[in-house]
Amino acid sequence: MRKTVAIFLVGAMMAMTFAGCGNSSSNGTSSGSGDTTAVTEAKNEEGGEQTNVGAVSKICTITDTGGINDQSFNQSVWEGLQQVSKDTGVEVSYLESKQTSEFITNMDKMIDAGNQLIWGNGYTVADATLEAAQLNLDVTFGVIDFAFSEAPENVFGVTFRAQESSFLAGYVAGRTTTTDHVGFVGGQKSDTIDAFEWGYKAGVAYAGKELGKEIQVDSQYAETFADSAKGKAIANKMYNSGADVIFHAAGGTGLGVIEAAKEANKWVIGVDRDQAYLAPDNVLTSAMKNVNVAVIDLSTKMFNGEQIGGQNYEYGLADGSVGLAEGHDNIDDKVYEDTMKLQEELKAGNITAPANEEEYNSYVSSL
Amino acid sequence: MIEKITNLLKKQIVAILLAILCGFIVAAIILSVAGYNPMEAFSALFRGIYSKPKYIANTIIKSTPIILTGLSVAFAFKTGLFNMGAEGQYIMGTIASVTVGVLFDFPPVIQIPLILLAGMVAGALYGAIVGLLKAYFGIHEVITSIMLNWIALYFNNFVVNLKALHKDNTTGTYPINDSGFIVFFDQMKRTKEGQASLKESPFWGEIILRTDFNAGIIFAIIAVILVMLLLKYTSKGYQLKAVGLNMDAAEFAGIPVKKNILQSMLIAGAISGLAGALVITGMSPHKLSILPAFENYGWNGVSVALIAGNSPLGCLFAGLLFGGFLYGGQTVQSEVGAPSEIINIMLGTIVFFVALSKVVVILSEKLEKRGKKHGK
Amino acid sequence: MEICKDYAVQMRGITKQFGTFTALNHVDIDIKKGTIHAVLGENGAGKSTLMNVLYGLYQAEEGEVYLYGEKVNIKNPNVAISHGIGMVHQHFMLVDNFTVLQNIILGKEVTNPFGVIREKEARKKIEEIVQKYGLEVDPDAYVQDISVGMQQRIEILKALYRGAEILILDEPTAVLTPQEIQDLIKIMHNLTESGKTIIIITHKLKEIKASAKSCTIIRKGEYVDTVDVSEVSEEDLATKMVGHAVKLVVDKEEAKPKDIIFEIDNLTVKDERGLPAVKNLSLKVRKGEIFGIAGIDGNGQKELVEAITCLTKSETGTIKINGEEIQNTSPANVIKHKVATIHEDRQKRGLVLDFTVKENMIIEKNNEAPFAKKGILNWKSIKAYTEQMIKDYDIRPEDCAEKQARGLSGGNQQKIIIAREISGDPDLLIAVQPTRGLDVGAIEYVHKALVRERDSGKAVLLISLELDEVMNVADTIGVIYDGSITKTFKQGEVNENTIGYLMAGGTDDRENH
Repeated sequence: MRKTVAIFLVGAMMAMTFAGCGNSSSNGTSSGSGDTTAVTEAKNEEGGEQTNVGAVSKICTITDTGGINDQSFNQSVWEGLQQVSKDTGVEVSYLESKQTSEFITNMDKMIDAGNQLIWGNGYTVADATLEAAQLNLDVTFGVIDFAFSEAPENVFGVTFRAQESSFLAGYVAGRTTTTDHVGFVGGQKSDTIDAFEWGYKAGVAYAGKELGKEIQVDSQYAETFADSAKGKAIANKMYNSGADVIFHAAGGTGLGVIEAAKEANKWVIGVDRDQAYLAPDNVLTSAMKNVNVAVIDLSTKMFNGEQIGGQNYEYGLADGSVGLAEGHDNIDDKVYEDTMKLQEELKAGNITAPANEEEYNSYVSSL
Repeated sequence: MIEKITNLLKKQIVAILLAILCGFIVAAIILSVAGYNPMEAFSALFRGIYSKPKYIANTIIKSTPIILTGLSVAFAFKTGLFNMGAEGQYIMGTIASVTVGVLFDFPPVIQIPLILLAGMVAGALYGAIVGLLKAYFGIHEVITSIMLNWIALYFNNFVVNLKALHKDNTTGTYPINDSGFIVFFDQMKRTKEGQASLKESPFWGEIILRTDFNAGIIFAIIAVILVMLLLKYTSKGYQLKAVGLNMDAAEFAGIPVKKNILQSMLIAGAISGLAGALVITGMSPHKLSILPAFENYGWNGVSVALIAGNSPLGCLFAGLLFGGFLYGGQTVQSEVGAPSEIINIMLGTIVFFVALSKVVVILSEKLEKRGKKHGK
Repeated sequence: MEICKDYAVQMRGITKQFGTFTALNHVDIDIKKGTIHAVLGENGAGKSTLMNVLYGLYQAEEGEVYLYGEKVNIKNPNVAISHGIGMVHQHFMLVDNFTVLQNIILGKEVTNPFGVIREKEARKKIEEIVQKYGLEVDPDAYVQDISVGMQQRIEILKALYRGAEILILDEPTAVLTPQEIQDLIKIMHNLTESGKTIIIITHKLKEIKASAKSCTIIRKGEYVDTVDVSEVSEEDLATKMVGHAVKLVVDKEEAKPKDIIFEIDNLTVKDERGLPAVKNLSLKVRKGEIFGIAGIDGNGQKELVEAITCLTKSETGTIKINGEEIQNTSPANVIKHKVATIHEDRQKRGLVLDFTVKENMIIEKNNEAPFAKKGILNWKSIKAYTEQMIKDYDIRPEDCAEKQARGLSGGNQQKIIIAREISGDPDLLIAVQPTRGLDVGAIEYVHKALVRERDSGKAVLLISLELDEVMNVADTIGVIYDGSITKTFKQGEVNENTIGYLMAGGTDDRENH
């Protein structure tokens, strides 16, 4: 909502506009809020000497209905693109979708604007992407959080091994719980969220094995990503029944989980971004999904002339696309140290985090 | 001279044009304050609406549902009811359409009318709840219809998660079967040969291949005409209007007031439901998704009705205007980089000034008086 | 006339326009101090507008106002009040659940430094005024419990309490009983005797004769004349007001009543509060007669009409038309049984003001041939029919078929209703207060129409609060008191005083004296 705020801070801006009268508008970066206004030509002034020699000069992203400032992957993709722009000098832009029926028309607008690589955010955009890709063979399309069963030449999907970060989160939870009872709150049941749930459970089981005890994991789905009240109610119930750490993979619903943690003064593990700022004393850690890393990686590859369409990409711990948040003030030092060791094990491939129930069962029996 | 100006000011269309102008002025101020060139933004807006045939097609597509929700609100208003429930009736229309469209797969000649009918019936019944509560229990329709909007929203989210409809690993349902699509040349678009032959005509090829150009607008125009005819040339329309304008006189003259209130909401609901059905059959993704918030098809309809001065024909043009701004607004974002909220502010300002257009009339009367004084 | 301090009010060249319509065109008026001065004119003649200019409710485009020889600029009612002008409107502006005292001091409360009302002081002041002018009221009664006549007194008291020297009364007798009118005239004389000036706006000639000293007549926004009332007859006044000679007495032949067509037996109806308003009422109306119901407002007339037209529930009893019971059916059924009703509230029940005249003409027949066929309206035939009606019933302006009913004068609005109701060829015509708010010319027209219906063999039920109207028009007169018809007379059988006495709840012993 920073943008809206920016508009309503008309008074403050007025002063700036008058002060900077005569200068053309393009470098009107509003200090303080950093990236707010740099929407189109993120070509920064210093980078002016960089010449566009890459295979691509215009890249854009189309948000899902969450909007560009969703504190989640839409924002992360955009941050990645801004970094790409800084590094290579390509022109980047975004377009927000307010209704699901706008995906198609937004794709169309962005193709008309001459973009050569279009990032669609989230699997809801996948159908529209395929439709647009079929008609625009000269444009490359990427979809975040989606793996195509058969990706056309000019389309690729990007998924993240959330089970790896969730495994670590589960390990931290298992080592931290004093009641031997932890919880998981999911948004809506799907393969993507399954990876969070079973990775987490495996991590908890791993910790339990290490400590030689049984740790109970409660798991519940809110069936929505947008109802924080429901998330709060579920979390309250879990905390009351004895859980003292809850991991959520529930988007907006999860905000309620964090609120419940704050009120009950129990631990909560954030998701996707470092959510510590929401409850500094209660967020144990966050299972990060650094979408921007993948965006930068693939965009740069294409800039360098690589053909990136026609396949699916999977990002994980090894490349830094997922992992735990950097801040670890709330985690016991010894636990953190062990967690980092475990992370190396995962990276090295000595441990494979399970991404669904089947894999989990076979993993647990192997422990 | 002054007389001419004041007479001009009294015309509603002039007031609306002035309101639109004011909307642009306010938007220009905000744009320039925020550091964007308003002229550039406006030219992007209009280029985004008119510069290519497919943009015009998209504007029409985007306008179709809000023309209908606007018509629904305007019709109810003509019969003395404030239908703030177009949003909910629209949602119920989409739910019924998707349910029917997914579960059945008849040939298009049956499937399409069946889906549209389902949407209209669902919307009508949902509207009828409001009418029933108003007519028989005296509960104000604004309250009930707004409450029912929320119920519809959550009902939508409930339906999306039903086993029979929910598509795994998505936040939505299955799309309806192809046989329910009202998109033009839908089959042709799917085959390579079809695409090739469509590309032969650059004008139509672009419209048909690049957009969801569909028959929805035809239904919308038919609905507008039918409502006009109903209100002007039928006894039913006469009775509905009489009840709306003076319930006491209508009752005294033997017109069944309660029945007419109910019927009015039935019709208004059916129109909004039709909007929902047309969105499902005519526009991708042809399915329901979890709604974290209203998609505003109904609320935009309220604005459209207001701009149209509650005239059914006016809704057609106001809907196109509104749809154009909504669609063209995206170009402002992608080309100039201005947040699309600017467009919302502009639309809000226009609606605000239209609502204020009575003030224009008062001002013109003042002007008239002053003119007379000077004249003597 | 010269500007002179002997005159309480002098207005010169007052011109007031509403849009393109000229309501007043250079009107002069001179009102002598300490007199009762009547302003006479038909509805819409501009008499109320003129007084509203004086009271500051309207601003005149042109003209001057002088009070006691001094030029004043009355911008708003507050200025008028500060100049000692008070106005009693036709519709009283009282708070129902306040006491009389509270209503009088409302907006002019005397308070102590803590903001508490000094009721004693106010009470004393009011009592002084009451005694001085004979305006007897109970200061502690609640307004909702007192009669209309009393409410009017409170309005007068309110004005006097605020120091009014010049009192404008807008149609003061419209809602009063004959006795109350007498009382009011007495009070007005008391007031003028102690130096107050009274202006009454009216179109009732009899009361002008009974009370006013002089009278200014206005017609269509133009000044006509100012006369000394004692020197002219009622007919003269009427002629000046209307612009041509009028007949004040209804011209009709002896009624020739035939079979009973409409019969109410033992009817009981409850009012909005659930209390019985009509109690065991019975009446019979024959073909070819006008049955008039005389009574003071609030004695069950409203509920009676609502029960007959099925707008409200009948508790007990039957209502029969042509032998068929119609009670507790629907308004549509009543209309189907050829009962036509001219409702007292033409703007609420009679017309859809935002509809055009032609649309209003078919409100009861909107789905009947020839106006509609299979639900499709035939505007051509509706228009033709409306134009015929406009011609037959002299509805003005002549080209009003496509105009909104709202824009027509009260009399012409009533003509639309009469045309519509009578043209349906009803067996029974119910006319409730059919001349309310109409001018002399229109009243004459309405009365003639009722008689014409009677003469063509229809039954007419006339319910009116104007005793004169019932006495003049009805062939049979029933007095309604407390929800029952207490006594029935033939026209001419008894005089106005007897009926007035019965209307007020007197028993019929007196006539035997």
